Amino acid sequence: MGKRLWLWAPLALFAFFAGLAGYMLTQDKDEFVESEMIGQPLPDFALPAAFDGLPGASKADFAGSPKLLNIWASWCLPCIAEAPQLEALKAQGVEIIGIAIRDRPADVANFLGRYGNPYSRIGSDRISEVQLAIGSSGVPETFVIDAKGVIRYQHIGDIRESDVPKLLAELEKAQ
Amino acid sequence: MTAEIGLAALWLAAALAVLQMVSGAFALKAAPGEVNALAMHARPAAVVQAFLAVLAFAMLLYAFATTDLSLKLVASNSHSMKPLIYKLTGTWGNHEGSMLLWVGVLALSGGLLAGFEKRLPERTMGATLAVQGFVALGFYAFLLLASNPFERLPVPAPEGSGLNPLLQDIGLAIHPPTLYAGYVGLSVAFSLAMGALLTREVNPAFARVLRPWVLGAWVLLTLGITAGSYWAYYELGWGGWWFWDPVENASLMPWLAATALMHSVSVLAARDALRTWTIMLGVLAFSMSMLGTFLVRSGVLTSVHAFAVDPERGAFILGLLGLYIGGAFTIFALRAGAVAEGKRFAAVSREGALVFNNVMLSAILAIVLLGTLYPLLTEAFDVRVSVGPPYFNPASAIFAIPMLLVMAVGPLLRWRSDKPARLQFELALIAALVIGVIALVSFFGQFPLLPLLGLGLAAALAVAALLPLRGRSLKRVPVATWGMVIAHFGIAVALFGMACEGAFSKERLAAVVPGGTEQIGDFAVTLEGVTPVAGPNWTAIEARLAVRQNGGAPVILTPQARNFWSPPQSTSESALLTKWNGQLYAVIGQQAEDGRWQIRVWWKPFVTFIWYGGILVALGGLLSIAGRVSVDVRRRKATAQGDQRRADLDALGAAAPVPAE
Repeated sequence: MGKRLWLWAPLALFAFFAGLAGYMLTQDKDEFVESEMIGQPLPDFALPAAFDGLPGASKADFAGSPKLLNIWASWCLPCIAEAPQLEALKAQGVEIIGIAIRDRPADVANFLGRYGNPYSRIGSDRISEVQLAIGSSGVPETFVIDAKGVIRYQHIGDIRESDVPKLLAELEKAQ
Repeated sequence: MTAEIGLAALWLAAALAVLQMVSGAFALKAAPGEVNALAMHARPAAVVQAFLAVLAFAMLLYAFATTDLSLKLVASNSHSMKPLIYKLTGTWGNHEGSMLLWVGVLALSGGLLAGFEKRLPERTMGATLAVQGFVALGFYAFLLLASNPFERLPVPAPEGSGLNPLLQDIGLAIHPPTLYAGYVGLSVAFSLAMGALLTREVNPAFARVLRPWVLGAWVLLTLGITAGSYWAYYELGWGGWWFWDPVENASLMPWLAATALMHSVSVLAARDALRTWTIMLGVLAFSMSMLGTFLVRSGVLTSVHAFAVDPERGAFILGLLGLYIGGAFTIFALRAGAVAEGKRFAAVSREGALVFNNVMLSAILAIVLLGTLYPLLTEAFDVRVSVGPPYFNPASAIFAIPMLLVMAVGPLLRWRSDKPARLQFELALIAALVIGVIALVSFFGQFPLLPLLGLGLAAALAVAALLPLRGRSLKRVPVATWGMVIAHFGIAVALFGMACEGAFSKERLAAVVPGGTEQIGDFAVTLEGVTPVAGPNWTAIEARLAVRQNGGAPVILTPQARNFWSPPQSTSESALLTKWNGQLYAVIGQQAEDGRWQIRVWWKPFVTFIWYGGILVALGGLLSIAGRVSVDVRRRKATAQGDQRRADLDALGAAAPVPAE
């Protein structure tokens, strides 16, 4: 009998695994690794202007009220897709400070000319230095920064229409 | 049009899989020694199916080669500006294409088995083909219902959207297909094991049929893992050669099971022992292949290897896994008790050593499996953990160290029963080498424990691996024995590389101004300059490093930080300087505010031996296959000649002589 029971052991182990894996498949997967920087103050930075039309960006510019920090680039296709949503946020009275990654002034101006300019300031990050310092690995990404300069929320990827209320709520929470 | 031909071929192949399954099952209804009339369709069904599945894959290959942007798969994974070679490799660099490749290889090996294997009893063969058809059917269903590679777009896309740049590499051309072919070889082993279990024909003849498939799969897995390790080493730019990443583990686990299976099959073929154990490992090896596919494709685990994942497809694969593996283990539990026990043997014997090492391999497999699935388990309770080298290295070493020692001694033992006293010289030599090398190395400095043990074991194993050749005429040693000797020696070589990398690597991370020099080991590395460069679909900054060994002539290394567009992603291209005794590994990082560049350089002594060892191990496997097959062919020819002579003598009316054995 002992030997017979041993023969069932692989099946029992497998059933346990299958049950666990099945359960995990039904769980909503948190697709993004949250930045360690959530709850941390912004690192100190001062970036030069990305083109002639707007001033550059620095940490001090986030003082006063909650703002959005949008990391983007003129060469990034999803950034075109998210441009209307940024315009919508701006229309709701949200101040958006941009950081353009590895970009050229002429391209930035061209992009803003074609797809609209929702930004109050744009800093030029030619070597992704600030981008990496705030825990972002791609474009576009958007951060909610409160009045004290603390990172409160991170949105990875382009902002879809359905993401706008969530961002507004996070800005509200950051008051 | 070609896409429609491919799709039609797939549907037809699926229909033939049903025929193969049903017809094969009828073979079981035949009385022993007879053939059921309905069972005769299984073999042709498998052969035609192989042609159809290969045709479907060829059609997809054509669509990628010509960048047919009306296909959804091509539009979302390729790009007209990609070099042709990467267009072709892009065929299987995505979910649907890789599953089609899997199915194609599966059908091809089913066809080969059905077409050429005549040694098994028809009942076992029928049952095997039925199982093979059943397995294939599940994957056809998966392809056709949940991941159709031939789906057309309503409107052709103007341009494709690229390929993961990390995977845009010649390594990708070889690595996944090799692993897949290995996995599929294990599926044939699985079908054969189930066939033999259903007919209770688990015997040496069955083992001889099983062996080439297991060996072949094992060689391919060995090569696949070796190539994958080297790919991760130079492409990820982190300086490591094994990260215990879920995707890497997914390829390691079937290899461990296949290694155990291969040795177990040899015992069954030579000594008619370990019957149940062989069947069990046959099921286990394929389970691990499917589990690997599930883990990689479902996205339940996070990995550095970015695959497109989809929980629904994960559910489908999990369903297949439950059906095949759950079913197989159920049949195993019900049937294995009825398989007659094999021959017995003493604890100290060749079989004893093989069983011990099979248990050790299984234990390592359990360690890796647990470590890989543990994050899944804790995540069920909302705890995110990452299991890494601090767990895997010591936990697997606990079992790997005794295994390597027994591996040194095992091939020297006799079958059935042996006395340790007979091997006094060999045992003393092995012990002296282990202790001597460890003492010698410790004398020169403080090194971590595991690499130190690894060096001692590598030296002992390298010598012990050659001992089976001692006192024999090298010309008369069978090819298969050469295979074993070379494979075991290859393990020693790889172990030596791993231990050296662990013990003696030097690392230097420095911020350098252009023109500045850093010293690492014997090498002086000068940053001559940093320039932007552009490729077909990327731009990069490239550092020009002049490397001088002991003040000699400079060698130029050009590590790059690349930025791809479509999709935008940045990668780090390492630059390697290979010497006979190691590699210099250089990566360029960010530029600091003051204009200095981060340069990261490693000197890794003998690191290349890891992969040389892997290639030797695979070569040993190939020799073993060649040896076994040539013996089989000679035996078959001799039998045929004997039959011919007897027939001739019969025709002449003379009395047939008794054939000499």
